[in-house]
Amino acid sequence: MSGLVIEGLWKEYGQQVVLENIHLTIAPRAFVALVGPSGCGKTTFLRMMLGQERPTRGTILIDGVPLPPEPGPDRGVVTQRYSVFPHLTVLQNVMLGPELRASRLSGRVWGAARRGLADRASALLAEVGLAGAEHKFPARLSGGMQQRLALAQALMMRPRLLLLDEPFGALDPGIKVEIHALMRRLWHEHEMTVIMVTHDMREAFSLATRVIAFDRRRNRPEELERYGASVTNDISIWPPRVAGQQTLYDADIPPGRDDPTLTGIATGTTRAAQGTRA
Amino acid sequence: MRLINLRPDRGARIILGALPFVVLALTYVVGSALRLADNPSDKLLPALSAMARMVEVMAFAPDQRTGDYLLWADTAASLKRLGSGLAIATAIALFVGLLTGVLPVARALLGPFVAFLSMVPPLALLPVLFIVLGLGEVSKIALIVIGVAPILTRDLALTAADLPREQIVKAETLSASTWLIALRVVLPQIMPRLIDSLRLQLGPAFLFLIAAEAISAEAGLGYRIFLVRRYLSMDIIFPYVA
Repeated sequence: MSGLVIEGLWKEYGQQVVLENIHLTIAPRAFVALVGPSGCGKTTFLRMMLGQERPTRGTILIDGVPLPPEPGPDRGVVTQRYSVFPHLTVLQNVMLGPELRASRLSGRVWGAARRGLADRASALLAEVGLAGAEHKFPARLSGGMQQRLALAQALMMRPRLLLLDEPFGALDPGIKVEIHALMRRLWHEHEMTVIMVTHDMREAFSLATRVIAFDRRRNRPEELERYGASVTNDISIWPPRVAGQQTLYDADIPPGRDDPTLTGIATGTTRAAQGTRA
Repeated sequence: MRLINLRPDRGARIILGALPFVVLALTYVVGSALRLADNPSDKLLPALSAMARMVEVMAFAPDQRTGDYLLWADTAASLKRLGSGLAIATAIALFVGLLTGVLPVARALLGPFVAFLSMVPPLALLPVLFIVLGLGEVSKIALIVIGVAPILTRDLALTAADLPREQIVKAETLSASTWLIALRVVLPQIMPRLIDSLRLQLGPAFLFLIAAEAISAEAGLGYRIFLVRRYLSMDIIFPYVA
C-alpha cells in the first residue's frame, strides 16, 4: 500500500518561492483533495508527486522509498486537458498502457494477448460508462466522456497513486455529478490513493477523505516573492470515508437532487481535525 | 450577406477553379495569334497547333537516334531522381526530426547545426557537389536532399516539440520508454505533418532538379528544356513545362 510521506518540501523557481516547508503524511487509500487560490502551487505540488518536477529541498517517500525522479507506471495522472491521445481510438487509448508494458520494442501486442487485453479494456470502459464508444476517436467525445476515458486509461495500469489535476474543472454541473459518482466508485473498487487538485470546494468535500488547503501565510506585495504557500488547513472529513465501504453520507444521490437534506439522509458533520500545522 | 460567408457549391467550385486556366489559355491563344499575324515565323508564342505537332514528335514518335520516346524518357529520368531525392530526404528528416523533437539532448546537439544547414542556399552548393560527387546521378539527388531535408527536419522537429508536455508525461505513467514514446505517441502524430510538408517541398525539389539537370545531364525534363532553349523552340518548352 502506498503511504506517502512528505518532509520539509520546498519549491523555488529562481527567486520565487512557490511552496515552503510542506509536511504531510498521507495514509494508504486516502482520497486527498488539494484546494487553494490560483497560483498557490497546487499543481506544482502535484507535478512533484508525479516526478515531472523536482523539489528544491525536502523529500517525498512512497512506502518509505524516495520518489523516482521521473514519471512512472506506479503513478497515474489525469489532467484537465491533453490527457488522452488524439491519434488513437478509445479502445486503443485504454489498451496503450498494458501494450507498452508488455512489448518494450514495438509497443504492440498481437493474437491471444491482444484479445485478452481488449476484453479487459472493454470491461473497464463499460465500468466508466463508455460502452459502445470503443471505436470512436477522442475528438468525437464530449468533455465528460474524454475525462472518463482518461480515468480508464490511467486505471488500466493499476496505479498505486492516482493524481488528478482539476480533472472535472471544465465540465458542466450535471455531468460533474455523474462523474463524481463514478470517481467515488472507482476509488472504492481500485486499490489506490488519490490526490486531486480542485477549485471546486463542493467537489473537494463531497469526494475526499481529507481536504488540504494551500495558501500563502504572508501576502503583502513586497513579500510575495520570498514567501511561498504552505498548508493552512488540513481537514479530515467526518464521518470518515473508508475505501471499499459505503457510508450513508456517500449514498449516490441522483443528479439534480444533490442536496442531501432533500433525500432525508443524515449528513454528518465536517470538523477540523489537525487544524493548522507548521 | 458578407463575402466571408459566401460558399460556392460543387458546380460553382469547379467553374471557379477552371476559370484561371481558361483565362491563361485564352490570353495565350490571342497573344499567339496576334504575333503570328504580324510575323508568321515568330518563335516566341507558337500556335497551339504547332505545339501539338511537337508533342506528337516528342511523346508519340520514337527518337531517330535512340529509339526512345523522348518526353516519357525525360519524365521518367526526372521523376526517378526526384523520387529518390525525396525518399532519402524524408528518411533523414524523419530520423533527425524525431530525434531532435523528442530528446532535449539531441536538440541541443543538432538544433543549431540543422538551423545552419537550412540557411545555406542549396543552389550555391551545386558546383561543389558536381566537383565532389561528379556529374552523374548522385550529385543531382544529393542537391535535392540537401535542399529539402533541413526544412523537412526542422518542420518535423517543431511539430514534435509542440506536442503537449502532458501527453509525454501521460505516456510515461503508462510505462513507455523513450523509444516507445517516440514510436507510439510522437511518430503517429507527426506523420500527417510530414505528408503536408512533403507536398509543400515538392515545388522546391523540382526547382533543384531542373537546375541540376540544366547544367549537366543526358536526359530529364530540365535537360531537354535547356537544350532546346538554344533553338528558341518554345513549342517544345511549353509542353515540357506544363
